[in-house]
Amino acid sequence: MKGLKKETKVAWLFLAPSFVGFLVFVFGAVVFSLSLSFMDWDMLTAPKFVGLSNYIRLFTNDATFLLVLKNTVVFVLGTVPSRVIMGLLLALALVKRIPLRSFFRATIFFPVIVPTVAAAMVWRWIFNADFGLLNDLLYRLGVSNLPQWLADPKWAMVAIIILSVWKDVGFSAVLFMAGLQGIPEVLYEAAKIDGASRFQIFWKITLPLLSPTMFFVIVINVISSFQVFDQAYVLTGGGPGNATNTLVYYIYNNAFQWFKMGYASAIAWILFAIIFLVTFIQFKYQKRWVYYL
Amino acid sequence: MKKYKWRTWMLFAVLIVVATAMLVPFFWMLSTSLKPIGEVFAYPPTWIPKDPQWSNYATVWKVIPFGRYMLNSFITSFCITALHLIVASMAAFAFARLEFPGRDKLFLLYLATMMVPGQVTMIPNFILVKLLHWTDTYQGLIIPNVFTAFGVFLLRQFFMTIPKEYEDAARIDGASYFHIYSRIILPLSVPAISTLAIFTFVFQWNNLIWPLVVVNKDSMKTLTVGLASFQGMYGTSWNLLMAAAVMGIVPSTIAFLIGQRYLIKGITLTGLKG
Repeated sequence: MKGLKKETKVAWLFLAPSFVGFLVFVFGAVVFSLSLSFMDWDMLTAPKFVGLSNYIRLFTNDATFLLVLKNTVVFVLGTVPSRVIMGLLLALALVKRIPLRSFFRATIFFPVIVPTVAAAMVWRWIFNADFGLLNDLLYRLGVSNLPQWLADPKWAMVAIIILSVWKDVGFSAVLFMAGLQGIPEVLYEAAKIDGASRFQIFWKITLPLLSPTMFFVIVINVISSFQVFDQAYVLTGGGPGNATNTLVYYIYNNAFQWFKMGYASAIAWILFAIIFLVTFIQFKYQKRWVYYL
Repeated sequence: MKKYKWRTWMLFAVLIVVATAMLVPFFWMLSTSLKPIGEVFAYPPTWIPKDPQWSNYATVWKVIPFGRYMLNSFITSFCITALHLIVASMAAFAFARLEFPGRDKLFLLYLATMMVPGQVTMIPNFILVKLLHWTDTYQGLIIPNVFTAFGVFLLRQFFMTIPKEYEDAARIDGASYFHIYSRIILPLSVPAISTLAIFTFVFQWNNLIWPLVVVNKDSMKTLTVGLASFQGMYGTSWNLLMAAAVMGIVPSTIAFLIGQRYLIKGITLTGLKG
């Protein structure tokens, strides 16, 4: 320690609380988790090294995992485009001078901050096939073949997607609003002077200049959608069957219900790999469509 | 009344529909929570309960320790937020304001952990909590959630924007590094710190999976876990479930009404999800 400069010593004093915590709960945990994924461990008997067999089993001998993987992808594809498109449309409307604007903004954002658990509880009631509000509405609209929603493997995932879009569309909208407000007014004025139509202004000015925000909104939404858990836990418990079982839910069950720590860790690493890969690809291809001023 | 064009009124009509869709679930939650069980299943459904049953709330309060759940959520979220702010701001100060060998590499390592989904570290952290006999304790709920890179990153970026001149002047006057951190950098960073505080608090208040994993005892459950387990027990007593859900969103609603502007500003500042 003697040879160190004073500034270095001070820096490490400032870093120490964070660094020690990271060493244990983050860096250490990541290394531990990776090693666990090559082991079998039930937390009762000694851990056993099994090489790649957890990973091999997941892809060759675990139909549930493949289903769960598919469900998660369906959820991502179902939520991300809706949240992005609806968020953008809402933001376009809400940056305009319009009556009750702050009320609308608040309304759309409110579900974002409410605990997902509480929100999912009321949606479970709304989706109730016999007495739920939604089927009542559909019935009044003349739909004769009412979906069984949470009880039907085909509709249960749709229900979770609806809840998730409803809950988080406001988050995307707020980000888009910020992006829209960042576009310099002079560009619009210049375009108007040049005689550009509303349509042209939207496609040639707003959208390209909004593309960095769009990129960010998509990346964030993809990452969080891959980690869906709360909605499925409360709304369906992953069912019926495994129709709404997701990757994180499967990790949860393997680790904390069945105490297959190694197997669960392997799934967590696959989730990590997927998120990393998808994000990496998005960054790689952003040059093609994202314009920075 | 200002004059608007017809186009604006069309848009207004669409927004009314959207706002209704956003609010109806909350209204339905409140409405159901005040109905006797007979009216819950009545057809056609009633929007306003004929005879509001406030006793539903008392019943929930009697069957589950709801106040305790709230208290646990508050203690947990508050402690995580406070500890995170201290630890992260100190680290951010070192990364933004001090020179030391390996600084940038270490910062990059911190950044890299932001890509690791929480589920990867959750399993080892659970094992550790178990080994330390921290299940069903506040430290088990709190400590593993204190160390996240996002806060360090956000504050470091903010600290970097504070001009060097401020601290040079203080240093000439013989101020210590700690003085610069606590008397110059922190006071100038109130917007970033309060944003981080709000988001950490809301995120932890709504957190389900970690408390679900480390808590078994009813008296240690947080609000989210308590609500989920209440639903497990009273699966179709919709009026009681909705009464619990209403109580579950009251704290968030109050916080929202007070801090709404700040919250939205914070999101646009950081792009962070609560």
